[in-house]
Amino acid sequence: MKAERDGGTGHQDPWPEPRLLLNPIACDARGLCIELLPELISADPWGYPIISPGAVPLHLQPLARRAVAACPTLALMLTSPPG
Amino acid sequence: MTTHSSAVPSAGQPAGPAPGELRLIIRDQPLSLAEHIDQYGPLPAGQLDCATLIAEVERSGLTGRGGGAFPAGLKIRAVAEATTRTRGIRAVGASAARGSVTKGSVTKGSVTKGSVTKGSVIVANGSESEPASSKDGVLLSHAPHLVLDGIAVCARAVGAAQAYLCVGHDAAPVAQFLTGAVAERNRDGLDTVPVEVIRAPAGYLAGQENALISALNGNAPLPTFVPPRPAERGAHRRPTLVLNIETLAHIALIARFGSHWFRTAGTPGAPGSALVTVTGAVDRPGVREIPLGTALGEVLQRSGLSQPAQAVLTGGYFGTWLPLPAALAVPVSHEGMRTAGATLGPGVLAVLPEAACGLAETARIARFLAAESAGQCGPCRNGLPALADALNLIAFGRAGPDIVGWVQQLAGLVTGRGACHLPDGTAGLARSALTVFAADVQAHLATGPCAWAGGPPALPVPVRGTS
Repeated sequence: MKAERDGGTGHQDPWPEPRLLLNPIACDARGLCIELLPELISADPWGYPIISPGAVPLHLQPLARRAVAACPTLALMLTSPPG
Repeated sequence: MTTHSSAVPSAGQPAGPAPGELRLIIRDQPLSLAEHIDQYGPLPAGQLDCATLIAEVERSGLTGRGGGAFPAGLKIRAVAEATTRTRGIRAVGASAARGSVTKGSVTKGSVTKGSVTKGSVIVANGSESEPASSKDGVLLSHAPHLVLDGIAVCARAVGAAQAYLCVGHDAAPVAQFLTGAVAERNRDGLDTVPVEVIRAPAGYLAGQENALISALNGNAPLPTFVPPRPAERGAHRRPTLVLNIETLAHIALIARFGSHWFRTAGTPGAPGSALVTVTGAVDRPGVREIPLGTALGEVLQRSGLSQPAQAVLTGGYFGTWLPLPAALAVPVSHEGMRTAGATLGPGVLAVLPEAACGLAETARIARFLAAESAGQCGPCRNGLPALADALNLIAFGRAGPDIVGWVQQLAGLVTGRGACHLPDGTAGLARSALTVFAADVQAHLATGPCAWAGGPPALPVPVRGTS
């Protein structure tokens, strides 16, 4: 976990980087997340979101929060840093 | 840390089965409670506190025998810690606090249980919803007291207030037999926790641990989104230890004879013995106990491999194909199978005869798995029928050359995208079929279905609604 967290740079981030987490049972393929965060989320042939694995880079975190807030079924989550 | 000597049998206790001897099912008749104690000796109750038991199971290297192969000691530790954390209960030995339990009821369709407000819950999973497996039913009907001992030992270790012993949906006689075994133990005061025998709901997914917990909580028997993990919040919203019943039987033996004894069977990386179900084109199909790491060829030979065979389906209908005779040297263990690109799952080995079409078998199984999808997750609800359609077209129809790429793409699209592992298992089955039956795929694409494709199934698939 630590090795992933510091991206191999040796720099110890005090906060774990947030990741996108999808509850596939709650997801109803409304597609808002795909529109709001195409950098990290794409559609499968049936319109369900495919989420890029790994941490959400810092510059995309505001967009990720917007996508989470926009999800009408509350299926998309951002594992948030403590505090 | 405790030493090995802490769990070494005391004077008067029979020694554990010697290397090479059967451990779990020692004869073809059920062992009564008296015979069980004669054979294995009583549980060493006094010296088995929580820390000792968990350390001993961790040292044994025992992994879950239900298919997931998760380290059993870690699982027990997680539940013991969560129990302590959530109620400040010291989950140690016989001093573990006992929760209050109200009487439960079994209603039609769902299993609504009484509430547990303190301590944790144990779910002994013998639901065995994998159609090709029969080892759990055989173990429960031959060695019930090993499983019940395992429940008793774990109950002490995790401070459980209630245990459920879950048998297959169609195993009513086994359930009745086990209820009798539990009553016999209660008369002797052997169990420290109430054990209720229940039957799993019908369906392939009903045996999945979250589906089982969902049913115990009075909800539909379907997989749920994780987190929370059962160890944190499971049945009755209490920390819940879900272990396969074979895993519990091994724990009953580790508690008596220690981790060192356990490791006298198997290999350093895959210690102990395991039950496997050998089925399909063998002379003597059935359940056998093998030291883990035994070569696949040796296991199959013992079941009689007189007919020519082309492949073996490992891990059940949710599993993977391995080619024969090429894979005869593959060790039957989780790591051995993984190295060979296969899975062991709950220990199913189904032999496909030469006179059969592996693609037709795969298509039928994929259709069955797609029909068993709970339909809760979009990629599984859409992807599994598409995968089954594509495999069907290869096996029975006239498909273009693009179909192989489409199967690979679908397999990739569904993997890791469900709340449970049904899509991953189906994708793995499809991928392994394309590899192992690659020549057959080319032949089918060139000239249409082979002569065997229209024949009767070599590996029967249950009709939905009767499983």
